[in-house]
Amino acid sequence: MRIGLFIPCYIDAFFPEVGIASLELLERFGHEVIYPHDQTCCGQPMANSGFNAECAATEALFVRNFSGFDYVVAPSGSCVHHVRDNFDAIEQTEDVRAVRARTYEIVEFLHDIVKPEGFPWAKFPHRVGLHNSCGTLRRLRHAKASELREPFFSKPMDLLSKVAGIEFVTPARPDECCGFGGTFSIFEETVSAKMGYDKVSDHAQAGAEYIVSADTSCLMHQQGCAERIGVPVKFIHIAQILNGARA
Amino acid sequence: MSSDPVPSGGATGAGMEPVASAQDRDGIYRGGQRLDHAEAASRPLRPTPEKQPRGAKIRGDRPIDQAEAAARFIAAPEHEQMHDARLWDLRQKRDREMHVIAEWEELRALASAIKEHTLTHLDEYLEQFEARARSNGVHVHWARDAAEHNRIVHEILADHGAKSLIKSKSMLTEECGMRHYMASVGIEVTETDLGERIQQLDNEDPSHVVVPAVHKLRTDVAAVFANTIGTDPDNSDVHYLAEAQRAATRPLILDADAGMTGCNFAVAETGTITVCTNEGNADLSANVPKLHIASIGIEKVIPRLEHLAVFVRLLSRSALGSPITQYTSHFRGPRAGGEMHFVLVDNGRSARLGMQEFWTSLKCIRCGACMNTCPVYRRSGGLSYGATYSGPIGIIIDPTFNARKYSNLPFASTLNGSCTNVCPVKINIHEQIYAWRRELVKQHEVPFVKNAAMKAAGEVLSRPAVYRAAVATANAALEHLPRFVIYNGLNAWAKHREVPHPPKQTFHSWYLEHRGKEP
Repeated sequence: MRIGLFIPCYIDAFFPEVGIASLELLERFGHEVIYPHDQTCCGQPMANSGFNAECAATEALFVRNFSGFDYVVAPSGSCVHHVRDNFDAIEQTEDVRAVRARTYEIVEFLHDIVKPEGFPWAKFPHRVGLHNSCGTLRRLRHAKASELREPFFSKPMDLLSKVAGIEFVTPARPDECCGFGGTFSIFEETVSAKMGYDKVSDHAQAGAEYIVSADTSCLMHQQGCAERIGVPVKFIHIAQILNGARA
Repeated sequence: MSSDPVPSGGATGAGMEPVASAQDRDGIYRGGQRLDHAEAASRPLRPTPEKQPRGAKIRGDRPIDQAEAAARFIAAPEHEQMHDARLWDLRQKRDREMHVIAEWEELRALASAIKEHTLTHLDEYLEQFEARARSNGVHVHWARDAAEHNRIVHEILADHGAKSLIKSKSMLTEECGMRHYMASVGIEVTETDLGERIQQLDNEDPSHVVVPAVHKLRTDVAAVFANTIGTDPDNSDVHYLAEAQRAATRPLILDADAGMTGCNFAVAETGTITVCTNEGNADLSANVPKLHIASIGIEKVIPRLEHLAVFVRLLSRSALGSPITQYTSHFRGPRAGGEMHFVLVDNGRSARLGMQEFWTSLKCIRCGACMNTCPVYRRSGGLSYGATYSGPIGIIIDPTFNARKYSNLPFASTLNGSCTNVCPVKINIHEQIYAWRRELVKQHEVPFVKNAAMKAAGEVLSRPAVYRAAVATANAALEHLPRFVIYNGLNAWAKHREVPHPPKQTFHSWYLEHRGKEP
């Protein structure tokens, strides 16, 4: 199948290795993966701040870049959540609706569509704490949220469990928000940072060597917090582990 | 001892010399201050308690700066850590209760459906409730707004020559500013809920809908009581403090001219009200004086008694993680020789019912579960919101009262959605927070800098060439990206966090290099 790869702006600029791992991982399963050249952003930063009209041109650009693919895949849960659930600054033409419906976050794409039997190239002999971002957990429904009474399930855990050597640790508050929250991280920076400190400390106390997540934005914030208060934990995107990153 | 300002006119002995506690027999006090011993310039062995951070600064209708007040709360680590841990504990207890009830999610769905049905037939059920209550011998009053509510309550009191009023906890009377009003007309109001009494004595609003003094350490309470009811300022033993308050308040309860309660549920088919408390203080307030007034928000009505079973099962489990409140009291009519009055209050509720995106906030049963689970609320303290209602439910209700004053509140959220998941009546709280942001931008209630930043972001992110230039190298991106994505970028980001490490090249340039030209 033909996949359009969406690499959000902050991954493009700061975490190219996450984009590379996503590309290579999808290619390993024999898919044609194309990175449309003119892509920028999905519009979420403006939309989450209430500026929906300011998203219109960015959303239109997104649709121009990504229409016609069988699937659009991104290594960023919150961006996919925006495209799928809130992307309404532009007229909802058939084209727009098709792009929205076909946009997937990479974990759910692998879990629900690709359904791989394993990742034989991957090995990660480390203790990891899984950070389910709020966008993937409560909007995209990657996993059971602790607030709900329902059977346990976890798409990221299902995938990571197929990686040799990996060991999971469970923090005391496994699905507490890490405090990134998009522009919240700037406009409410004190609360945001305090939440980040608590989050990385919780993982470290549980014995995590790595915090792994499907949302690089959360990791960028947590990494900044961990480095500031000297918590010796490392950060890695789930696509990197599944693609065979060693450390 | 705290040097915080304290209200004047404590109930039973403000300024009286405190008695040294059992643990500190050698302490010498004068005027509430500890004196040094003669032999040595001794200091209390315990360090000075951390000063209680106060809430948001209120300046008329100017927008409340929740972030500023939250930062002061975080700067008081003992308070912030206690508050976070205490409320997280309630959340965990709630989870445990949830797991005991196999049909938990069905109960939530049912509760939500009952509320939705009732709110969409509110006029019929309110009229039914009124008729039944009247036939039970209750006087029923209708109040359009807070001022009318306060005036009606005062008239009822004046008709009976009542000068003192004891009351149980009610967020509605807080919303109406009733205590201040009653003080202005010479009625002495005594809160009988312990937490609410602490807040009254400290001249501070409740910080939480269920546990109003949860932001205070026991040393804060000791300071308040020392200044108002004359306890030992160095004794913060909770049993001692609770007992002292009980002893000080009990005579006021026994001598009160009138009693007031709120209302958790008003049952239309019976014309009765139900009040849920854990201290029995609503029963004292309702039953000791001959006159009982209940303030009831019009959204509190439910159709039938059987529906109460759904809500009572959810309320305390969601709120405190206990199966049921210690007291679930049902009031039908006045006792022989007594009088009972229901004041049904709108105060903006009808208008809210007409708001397409926000009307379901009226389903709220004030359990506070959304506050307990909210990671922002737990680290900010309820008073940082500067409003009657704080936390997730507060930030979607408060702007309906005053969009300008509470314009910052919907931004005090990461949109994580935990509030929506714990809500026993399934209000889509985080979606309403998101919708409020849009609404406030439409109403031009968002600061100019944010406005300018977001307009600039929209311009850059919709133009690939401009965007590409801005992030051409990671160093350029570090410089530009935060500025257009998020105004003030690096300063605010880097105050408490390290900035990302610049990689050698962007993904975009890597792709061009390794996967050739674009298709």
